[in-house]
Amino acid sequence: MSKPEFVYTTYIETSAEKLWQALTSGDFTERYWFGHRVTSDWQVGSPYRFARQGAPSVEGKVLVSDPPKRLAYTWDPCSPDARREPTSRVTFDLEPRGKVVKLTVTHDNLDEGGKTFRDISGGWPMVIASLKSLLESGKPLPADLVSNCAAEPSTKPEFIYISYIETTPEIAEPDKAVRA
Amino acid sequence: MNIDQFKPMIVYTIYIAATPEKVWEALTSAEFSRKYFFGNAVEVDLKVGGAYIVHAPDGAPQISGEVIECDPPRKLTVTFNVNWPALIEKLGATLVSWEIEPAGDVVRLTMTEAHDRPLSDDILSGGRSGWPAILSSLKSLLETGQALVIKMEPPRQMLAALKAMGIETP
Repeated sequence: MSKPEFVYTTYIETSAEKLWQALTSGDFTERYWFGHRVTSDWQVGSPYRFARQGAPSVEGKVLVSDPPKRLAYTWDPCSPDARREPTSRVTFDLEPRGKVVKLTVTHDNLDEGGKTFRDISGGWPMVIASLKSLLESGKPLPADLVSNCAAEPSTKPEFIYISYIETTPEIAEPDKAVRA
Repeated sequence: MNIDQFKPMIVYTIYIAATPEKVWEALTSAEFSRKYFFGNAVEVDLKVGGAYIVHAPDGAPQISGEVIECDPPRKLTVTFNVNWPALIEKLGATLVSWEIEPAGDVVRLTMTEAHDRPLSDDILSGGRSGWPAILSSLKSLLETGQALVIKMEPPRQMLAALKAMGIETP
């Protein structure tokens, strides 16, 4: 049975090394990830955690750490209602293209129709846009973006459903995929 | 044209630190589009039924369409047909819309590509790789004054699929 997969691509004028640092440094993420600070030693198998003002928001373990090309980790939101959902997986692929880097975020092993799937479909475009702004202009997007968007009625959920779900014939378990 | 028959197949959302008016101008002016749209110049008669044309860098009309919805600076919907022989006949029209929504001090831009029949992932791969590059560059242009210089691979998967359907490509 196939599961939904969310894929988001952007291009950022920066180096792969700087982009890697932005994805893995707490000082960086706190600035563009709307206050969420990440902590980890980024060794495969190590835990990582995002926290906002000290309150844990997302945690998991590092699956792939291949600087500055590929980073993958499991994704367990710390909110009580999302905790019941299966652990999903996030992979960042960084590909230099001349003076810019192509960044592809793939979030898979998602529960179709689950809270995590809804949250990340709206969330990744905001986080990645803010990351791009910070690296290119020195200014992240405003920290109140998330609350401003949450206050509006969610637009056309069926659009997001159709576009972002790319069903794949088979998605391996995270651990198996890493070994493969 | 009945746009209700069109189903969204590619959606790309991007947040831009700019005003809705600036984003609208970038989407509808040749001067802006040359910078972020691989040198292509957008020329649009901003009224329902008006012509929407994209000129290649050499001046040749590459995409021809018609304005379906025009609500500045909120929504623009056009038919977006690449001028390759037999493309329309085999794939039907392509409908593209841009929706501009203020989100606090920034703008959420949502691009939707819709079609009136099912299309394969191979055919859609061209748009799936092209739109993120175009719209990422548009964001850079509006936020930093400089569009991106992106080395893009030709959309081989899409070109091969079009060829297999008997559509001639350049």
